[in-house]
Amino acid sequence: MPSKARVAVRKTYKLFIGGAFPRSESGRTFEVDGNNVALASRKDARDAVLAARAAFGKWAGATAYNRGQILYRAAEMLESRRGEFPAEEVDDAVDRLVWYAGWSDKIAQVYGSANPVAGPYFNISSPEPTGVVAIIAPSSFLGFVSVLAPAIVTGNTCVVVTPAAVDAITFAEVLATSDLPGGVVNILTGSVAEVAPWLASHDDVNGLDLTGVDNAELALTLEQSAAGTLKRIIRRSSPKWTDDPGIGRMTAFLETKTVWHPKGV
Amino acid sequence: MFTYAPAPESRSIVNIKPSYGLFINGSFVDGGSAFKTINPANEEVLAEVAEATKEDVDRAVKAARAAFKTWSKLPGKERAKYLFRIARIIQERSRELAVLESLDNGKPIKESRDVDVPLVAAHFFYYAGWADKLNHAGFGANPRPLGVAGQIIPWNFPLLMLAWKIAPALACGNTVVLKPAETTPLSALLFAEICQQADLPPGVVNIVTGAGATGAALVDHPDVDKVAFTGSTDVGRHIAKAVAGTKKKVTLELGGKAANIIFEDAPIDQAVEGIVNGIFFNQGHVCCAGSRLLVQESIYDTLLESLKRRMGTLRVGDPLDKNTDIGAINSQDQLKRIKALAKIGSEEGAEAWSPPCELPRNGFWFRPTIFTGVSQAHRIAREEIFGPVLSVLTFRTPAEAIEKANNTPYGLSAGIWTEKGSRILDMADKLRAGVVWANTFNKFDPASPFGGYKESGYGREGGRHGLEAYLAV
Repeated sequence: MPSKARVAVRKTYKLFIGGAFPRSESGRTFEVDGNNVALASRKDARDAVLAARAAFGKWAGATAYNRGQILYRAAEMLESRRGEFPAEEVDDAVDRLVWYAGWSDKIAQVYGSANPVAGPYFNISSPEPTGVVAIIAPSSFLGFVSVLAPAIVTGNTCVVVTPAAVDAITFAEVLATSDLPGGVVNILTGSVAEVAPWLASHDDVNGLDLTGVDNAELALTLEQSAAGTLKRIIRRSSPKWTDDPGIGRMTAFLETKTVWHPKGV
Repeated sequence: MFTYAPAPESRSIVNIKPSYGLFINGSFVDGGSAFKTINPANEEVLAEVAEATKEDVDRAVKAARAAFKTWSKLPGKERAKYLFRIARIIQERSRELAVLESLDNGKPIKESRDVDVPLVAAHFFYYAGWADKLNHAGFGANPRPLGVAGQIIPWNFPLLMLAWKIAPALACGNTVVLKPAETTPLSALLFAEICQQADLPPGVVNIVTGAGATGAALVDHPDVDKVAFTGSTDVGRHIAKAVAGTKKKVTLELGGKAANIIFEDAPIDQAVEGIVNGIFFNQGHVCCAGSRLLVQESIYDTLLESLKRRMGTLRVGDPLDKNTDIGAINSQDQLKRIKALAKIGSEEGAEAWSPPCELPRNGFWFRPTIFTGVSQAHRIAREEIFGPVLSVLTFRTPAEAIEKANNTPYGLSAGIWTEKGSRILDMADKLRAGVVWANTFNKFDPASPFGGYKESGYGREGGRHGLEAYLAV
């Protein structure tokens, strides 16, 4: 008698670039929890930066309300797929997305200002996104979400590098079903030591978050390399991810623009 | 002019019950007597609604007080989730809410559908996000809620005014007892069902329907910590007097007589759109309506000609018709007030003009009307008409425009139309009004504070500033 045991269909874990899930152009994989996942290359990194740059104008130009809605939608999608993520981290990760969703239309109200200059001038300072941010994500899932959300909620687009491929790519599936425009978040799974230097020195990357770099020497090299185009930096650290995140991860990748205009009849 | 075939929105999406009780402690309960709410477009009775007595109000305040203990201690991020849920349900049930609002209020469906309801959802979404960020709002560390808020809202934007009241109150950790206007209670009662659907803890939101006596009972209740009122300046004065000597915190959003100032360099077509939107939006039942048009003399003839031509294309009629620009006047009483002031306008020597348009036989209607030859002394230039009636005045210099614009006890809003940026900013500095629109009018956003100077009230709703009304700061 034939067996009735059903053979499971396995998932292929690929990269997340420009809203699509391509394999690494290098054709390489590495193994995470028994899955063969894509091992990103230098060229994948460059493709990801291109995708992030292409998505920047529209995302930065979207209304804050719209960006907030999309991040909240991502929280809804994550909640509905919570079984696929680390049980001890997923609740906080959902709440973290909701927290940042709410910041979209408030950060300018907290971080901007009307400036009483000594003269007949209207003068107002408002935050604007820096541009394309490369993020070396920490290995924990909550850490991953906690570095990604603050970078994009203000209108930046990003390229995230992580070896924790299974959670990261499953999270990409959450983002892909949240009306997030393709290219706003690009995820490269693979070796930080191999990929990060190309991002740190890339001329079209404006910010670099080194939070998840576990090797101090590598972090130093990356920061020095990033100095070439004066990238905005978040240095490596291992915060307790369940703590109140504050607004520092958003403001690190914001520019302040001040507009003057004369007043008179 | 070409004609339009009827394009009515279906009312079958909304299920109005024959009668509604009061929403107290999470469920609908019977009140004493009942009153009828009607569709002002055809005078059809829509439902019977309970009239809350002093005892009913007391029950509601007690429920809110009991709920405050746990609601105020709930972490902000958890309170936020309830508000996000409410925002989402409003988005999901938006068409139903829009149709109901147009039925009970008389406003055109294109406004309830495209303005009121989307702003309601956005308002809840915006303040949901503040619930766990109050430490960042600029009111010091750990700002505390006030307690029980008694809230009274008008009939012109029933659901939107509910959102402006309830969303910030709940985000800050207060509980509320809200009284909708007696002519437009239905969307608030549907909102009560939405609170149930969101599993909002009982007592956090209580809705008591009724008229002035119900409102007075709420304002006077000794266990209410905060009174928020939107409505007429007369009632606002009465409330300010009633709470004198108590510890109740008060915010008042009252009447207006906004100047909409058109300079000779303004783009005429856009200005005309802004004038029409400023005074005829929502039948002119708008506290910030641009009801005094100040036109620079040099363009008076050109502007008036364009304005009259544009007014000739306004479609007045069935609020549920998707083509309708101007719906029904909300009530018989309001129609009488508008007619009385319009009559006084003519008697005092101003000249009325309306485009020819047919009005439906039943219901309450008033043609869009402009008065020319209006002086500052005329009552139609001084008193809030709260209807589709525009008073036209002229000026020669910016200084004269400021003088005339500020010559009113009100100070809610103002409009400026000119291509010159520096003039906009200079005028904005000098106008004594809480909201100044430049080259636009009647724009609203949850992130933007709204409220008046002088006798238009005090306190702001919306934006970061809107939190202050509901925090012990």
